[in-house]
Amino acid sequence: MAQTLTPSSAVAHGSFMTQADRRRQEALTGYAFMAPAFIILLVFLIIPLLAAAYFSTTDWNGVTPLTRPDAYQSLGVRNYERLLFEEGIRQERFYTSLKNTIYYVLGVVPLQTVLALLLAVVVNQRWLKAKGFFRTAFYFPSITSSVVISLIFMWLFTSNGLINQGLGAIFPNYQNVTWLNDANGVIHNLLRLFGITRAAVGDWASVEIASIRLWDWISGPSVTMLMIMLLATWTTIGTMMVIYLAALQNIPRHVYEAATVDGANAWQIFRRITVPLLRPTTFFIITIGLIGAFQVFDQIFVISNGGPNDTTLTIAYLVYASGFTDQRMGQAAATAIVLFVIIFTFTLLQRRFVGDRAVT
Amino acid sequence: MATLALDTQPPEQSPVARFVRRALPIVGAIFLITFALIQILPFVYTLANSFKCLPVIGANPQAVIPVPPFGVPCMVDGSAVSASQQSSGITFNPSVEGYQEILNLNLPRWALNTVIYAVTIMLLRLAFDSLAGYALARLKFPGNRLMFLMVLGTLMIPAVVLLIPRFIILKQLGMLNTYQGLIITLAADGFGIFLMKQFFESIPEEIEEAAMVDGASRFTLFFRIVLPMATPALTALAIFSFQGQWNNFLDALVIIGGNQSLWNLPMGLAFLRGAGGETLRWHQFLAGSVLTTVPLAVIFFVFQRYFVEGTAYSGLKG
Repeated sequence: MAQTLTPSSAVAHGSFMTQADRRRQEALTGYAFMAPAFIILLVFLIIPLLAAAYFSTTDWNGVTPLTRPDAYQSLGVRNYERLLFEEGIRQERFYTSLKNTIYYVLGVVPLQTVLALLLAVVVNQRWLKAKGFFRTAFYFPSITSSVVISLIFMWLFTSNGLINQGLGAIFPNYQNVTWLNDANGVIHNLLRLFGITRAAVGDWASVEIASIRLWDWISGPSVTMLMIMLLATWTTIGTMMVIYLAALQNIPRHVYEAATVDGANAWQIFRRITVPLLRPTTFFIITIGLIGAFQVFDQIFVISNGGPNDTTLTIAYLVYASGFTDQRMGQAAATAIVLFVIIFTFTLLQRRFVGDRAVT
Repeated sequence: MATLALDTQPPEQSPVARFVRRALPIVGAIFLITFALIQILPFVYTLANSFKCLPVIGANPQAVIPVPPFGVPCMVDGSAVSASQQSSGITFNPSVEGYQEILNLNLPRWALNTVIYAVTIMLLRLAFDSLAGYALARLKFPGNRLMFLMVLGTLMIPAVVLLIPRFIILKQLGMLNTYQGLIITLAADGFGIFLMKQFFESIPEEIEEAAMVDGASRFTLFFRIVLPMATPALTALAIFSFQGQWNNFLDALVIIGGNQSLWNLPMGLAFLRGAGGETLRWHQFLAGSVLTTVPLAVIFFVFQRYFVEGTAYSGLKG
């Protein structure tokens, strides 16, 4: 348009196209821009979630085509009842996976958060040379494929592998530990050191809660699960350290200087200044840590397939196994929905603590 | 300056305090170096052992220094060479048989597939996520707020939960075990949209208003002016997406697991385990691990700044 030459052209332009026209055009552009991404999210994320909720109330096996009239029957909430409330093999499998997942989360999330924080604080020290090298070294494992890392760990910890050979070379009396095939719970192992065994503690240990004996509830993660926990921690601390480091560098220098002038020592500065100022970051890291830990799957798939003795069976692996191995798609969908509710609850709880700061 | 002032303060002069202040850097350095070794040594040993014959891996995994002769065979006259012939202490004669075997085992096909998935998904996400991010950041339309909340909501859906439902939907659409099944499913993501929206909101709106006054349409504006300014965010998104898809195992397992010729590298490696029967053919696994990791490692070292800044940015913004 020619009138763009004069300063008053904007006004002229406005009168050319009414306010309503312009608003409508902007809305159309908005929908056009949103359409591709939104349709994909709708079809492959939102609708599937609803479909999962629906199929969790059926006995579909995942194989029979849904077009056949007898493909599935509606079960109402039976799948959930069998998982959560009804004594039996499915309840036992579910609560075993819940127990394993809880031990996994309780071990991995605090460990990786604390280690990432400590590493970040040390890397952030002014006296440290070669900051870049350390950052790279810590970050590198987190870019590699979980499958590759699992294979490498399997190889390192295999019964005649590098770790056992190394330990054998250092300690002459060392008996090879089968790290990746040891179903003994670490808490059970600890208790045994003090002479506390199942036989010694009396009958209460045999009481079953949700199809699992009390004694088995307190087993702790199995040795194999502990190795997978260490593997997960090892992979993620790099990412978390980088996030902490960025937050640390956002803390103004004068805050520390003021504290030093006031006579605070290094520990007091860490405890009273660094940690409180990092609170939002810590909550973020705990959130992504929780979400990731509750979903642990790849490492289990490659290393242990849920074994030995179901001690590395996690909820995520149970979803996969009941859907694709046992061909109980309805049951698997119900398990997935329960997992979703668990993760969602944790996310909401976390948001309550952080208020409106964090979005994820 | 601050420490100088501190040194003149009597309470800080106690020998214990001085000792602690001197010792702290040393303790810190030991801590860091220990962890750096723990993070790096597994890769060093993987690399070294990927160049060994299977018996040498079993007998002498600790050997890390390659010495000539290079390229030794693992079989001589039909029987396996003994470990002591090819290694002693911390030295070994490198062999490339693990690599040869894995290259004959369909690895090139998996690598090609991985490139196809990683590149197409990355390009589609760059396009779709930035368009959607811009719409949410700048354009007013009924439902804008609701759509944003739905995008955020998808971030809370754990990938594992989608395992079963995605299988159901893709089966209904006839897209299980197809390239497009995996690619289209992952062609947009809530995280990318959110990242782009945050970035566009940080660009001053005056620039766009000036261009609007000049009569540019929203499309021209977006492609000519807004996108070029978004290079840092686009780079971060490209890297995250490429890395994520290069390593994507879970979605591949469910969506393309049924057709071996569509497998990507993580799928291929994960199922190599069962292929050799009882004996685990570590030289192949390790060679495969190295070949899977090297391309990403090269990209990582070239774009390291973006990896680290992108991660830090997502943390600060998150």
